Amino acid sequence: MKRMANMSDISRRHVLQLAGSAALCGGLPIVTVRPAQATPAMLSSAIRNLVGEATVQQGKVKLDIPPLVENGNTVPMTVSVDHPMTETDYVKSIHVFNEKNPQPNIGNFYLTPRAGRAQVATRIRLADSQKVVAIAKLSDGSFWQTSADVIVTLAACTEEVP
Amino acid sequence: MAALVNVPPKAKRGAVVEIKALMSHIMEPGYRRTAAGELIPRDIITSFTCRLNGAEIFRADLFPAISANPFMSFFTIATESGKFEFEWIGDNGFVANAAANITVE
Amino acid sequence: MRLCAAAFIFAALGALPVLAAEIPAADRRSGYSFMSSDSKAMQDDDTANPGMLAVLEGETLWQTKQGDAGKACADCHGDAATSMKGVAARYPAFDAALGRPVDLEQRINICRRDHQQASPFPNESHELLALATYVAQQSRGQPITTGDDSALAPFIAKGRELFMQRQGQLNLACTNCHDDNWDKHLAGSAVTQGQPTGYPIYRLEWQAMGSLQRRIRGCMTGVRAQAFDFGSPEMVALELYLMSRAHGMPLETPAVRP
Repeated sequence: MKRMANMSDISRRHVLQLAGSAALCGGLPIVTVRPAQATPAMLSSAIRNLVGEATVQQGKVKLDIPPLVENGNTVPMTVSVDHPMTETDYVKSIHVFNEKNPQPNIGNFYLTPRAGRAQVATRIRLADSQKVVAIAKLSDGSFWQTSADVIVTLAACTEEVP
Repeated sequence: MAALVNVPPKAKRGAVVEIKALMSHIMEPGYRRTAAGELIPRDIITSFTCRLNGAEIFRADLFPAISANPFMSFFTIATESGKFEFEWIGDNGFVANAAANITVE
Repeated sequence: MRLCAAAFIFAALGALPVLAAEIPAADRRSGYSFMSSDSKAMQDDDTANPGMLAVLEGETLWQTKQGDAGKACADCHGDAATSMKGVAARYPAFDAALGRPVDLEQRINICRRDHQQASPFPNESHELLALATYVAQQSRGQPITTGDDSALAPFIAKGRELFMQRQGQLNLACTNCHDDNWDKHLAGSAVTQGQPTGYPIYRLEWQAMGSLQRRIRGCMTGVRAQAFDFGSPEMVALELYLMSRAHGMPLETPAVRP
């Protein structure tokens, strides 16, 4: 009887210990103070700065980003716009924003009719799970957008800043 | 410091070709702190430009949310043979350049 | 939230087997196979793999005259594509003069001291990682042969002992995760087998290149142990055991890992 009790103690301790390991691993980065996050209001304001009073229409823009990323420090992202690229009718620029990084802007990409294809790819940082917004500005002055929600899983074992 | 640019050495006239560029850079966002609590100042690339024979074909504004060692991929129509020139400009007077040639047939 | 998730994952395992079982050769898997398709694509494309920047920088260093001797690596070793092919795949290697194994980074610094009369590159410095990456990339696709030299046997045994030894406040051995639970997850991350097939690696977490020693130190800090010093005999023995444990697996340098 006594022996059984001991066994169960050991087994419970083992589980707790492993759970603890995840907790400690996950919480290790020495820089624990997070910078102030951008807010949805800052995101709207950043978009307003770009588009002014224009209406942003849904569509044309495709944002290819993994819905679940392995590490928020390096997230591959491709934005493409389904629109012709001719001398008189083309995508002038692509703008990418986020909701919860310290700053709402990620990148602005300026194209010319000579691009042939309105598509850019880069790698971005996402401090947390959040919405990413891509907006295209066309040569006729119209704006088109799409957005994607990305879940960022934190690395189990991060380390201190070397 | 190194730059890795990839342009197809040869292309058919009118073909849409992909251009890729990687640049060594820490992209310190300016929001991190040292173990002692001191803010690490921002040190990022702020601008990337690609020109073909002097004419701009692609430009980007970069923010701290772009990962270290920035990667860019974009497209252009192969219209003429010549030299692609790449330029990265950033904080603390950072300037780096690279070039690659293309032959359009 | 993620703490709860991790606790749940391990709680679900119930009482874990305590005895370590080494991974049979047929079941050995590179960290590559645990990655998302995006991370795999990043490693596979040399025009997009950020580790290739280190290869380029290393190639420049290989050609650059260094130290009081005014010699470049290339002045003795010639074309790295020929002279360095397969070399990284057999490191750490036994150094007869020292009577102990040295890893690739240590070999580079010994060469600097003895043949270039140059000061050693600091551990994890940009230069040391770049040169090690360039040298290791010459063995990409070559099977790991570390351990074939019988002089290494006692050091491999020491490394294995360290791998099996519980340590730190969490009282976990390397083997508890990397032999016994490699098919599970810790929070959102795959545990993996800890096969050192792509070092130096470009780790997305670091957004930089780093050595196997840095990675091991991260793990040791994770179990709240006092991490072995860079270049210490314990660290080299552990590297040696890990490489011999991956015998026959192809080298991937520069690998990308989350």
